[in-house]
Amino acid sequence: MEHETLGQIFIITVLSSNFVLAMFLGLCPFLGVSGKLETAVPMGIATSFVMLVASLCSYALNELLTRFDLEFLRLIAYIAVIASAVQLVEMVMKKFSPALFRALGIYLPLITTNCAVLGVALFQTARGYDFGQSVAFSLGGGVGFSLALILMAGVRERLNLSNLPGVMHGTALSLMLAGLLSLAFMGFGGIGVAR
Amino acid sequence: MSSQPLQASNMEQLLEGIWKQNPVFVMALGMCPALAVTVSAFNALGMGLATTFVLICSCTLISMLRRFIPREVRIATYIVIIATFVTLVDYIIQAVSLALYEALGAFIQLIVVNCIILGRAEAHAAKNPPLSAMVNALGMGIGFTIGLFALGSVREILGAGKLFGLSLFGEHFQPWVVMVLPPGGFFVLGLWLLFFAWLAKRKEAQHGA
Repeated sequence: MEHETLGQIFIITVLSSNFVLAMFLGLCPFLGVSGKLETAVPMGIATSFVMLVASLCSYALNELLTRFDLEFLRLIAYIAVIASAVQLVEMVMKKFSPALFRALGIYLPLITTNCAVLGVALFQTARGYDFGQSVAFSLGGGVGFSLALILMAGVRERLNLSNLPGVMHGTALSLMLAGLLSLAFMGFGGIGVAR
Repeated sequence: MSSQPLQASNMEQLLEGIWKQNPVFVMALGMCPALAVTVSAFNALGMGLATTFVLICSCTLISMLRRFIPREVRIATYIVIIATFVTLVDYIIQAVSLALYEALGAFIQLIVVNCIILGRAEAHAAKNPPLSAMVNALGMGIGFTIGLFALGSVREILGAGKLFGLSLFGEHFQPWVVMVLPPGGFFVLGLWLLFFAWLAKRKEAQHGA
């Protein structure tokens, strides 16, 4: 792990170890908001921002907790930080873009329970990333999440126009699509996989 | 206040979580752990039981405290309660089975953000007495475990030719490796959902005829 450069961590997290398609993090918004491109893009950006904030805060928190031998509080502390970060994004968005705020609806506060965000914090701790690596990891995670969301939205917009058997509609179809996307992303496996 | 049990309705609630509102197949909640850890039946069971434990404990506690939690900060309170029990489970699994702990990794801690638990806390435990909340949580937990097991066993049988680590098909079986890789998770869950959608459709057609 120590031999990876920051660029490698970033690329690997975006492509071969994509948060959504390879590690199954953040599936709820992935399936819920990927219906239209107009909502997929801002959702991706909002989540990426929260991820970055969560990563920075949890890095600092982890340092602090380790110093005082309080590792068992880690999970509770992380969750509290993420919840406040989401609140912040929500307030900013409500102020500057009310239309967007309404479009994202319930999914915005739900970023708190997005496993991708907590996943960033937990995985960077588990892998023992230092500060720079954590930033690269969270940026990669955010970009990867947005990429998967946007790709999926593009495909689903097209699918709405096509003729499908009735049973196929809904979540089952989205999962099949996600499987195909995931298969495609496995093609990037050659550039290395984060473990 | 908790002595209004109504035996029959408790039973119904239990069955509701297991079948009618199965969290994995019907409500499609808690998909991240459902897909990430179900590469084998054993992991799936472990994850299911851990989630059930957290679900029951936190729903019971939340239900007992429901009169004392102010509405404005209820979500934060729920999450802290859930996170406490998850930390407990994390240490328990580490002590009981190190192999399982290593296989599940960070996903044990990610139980905190499993939407099933927060969903149950908000939709049921916050409004009902402890006994009812416990039964409801138990039903959901069992339903979730069954869902995980259905995914995990299919993936293990197809992807490794084994069930619980025992070989099923003899040595000439060519494992269908993609099933234990990430895309396989999406495909198997998609197929299960298709199957249930098809069942529902058929039932509807029969009733209509």
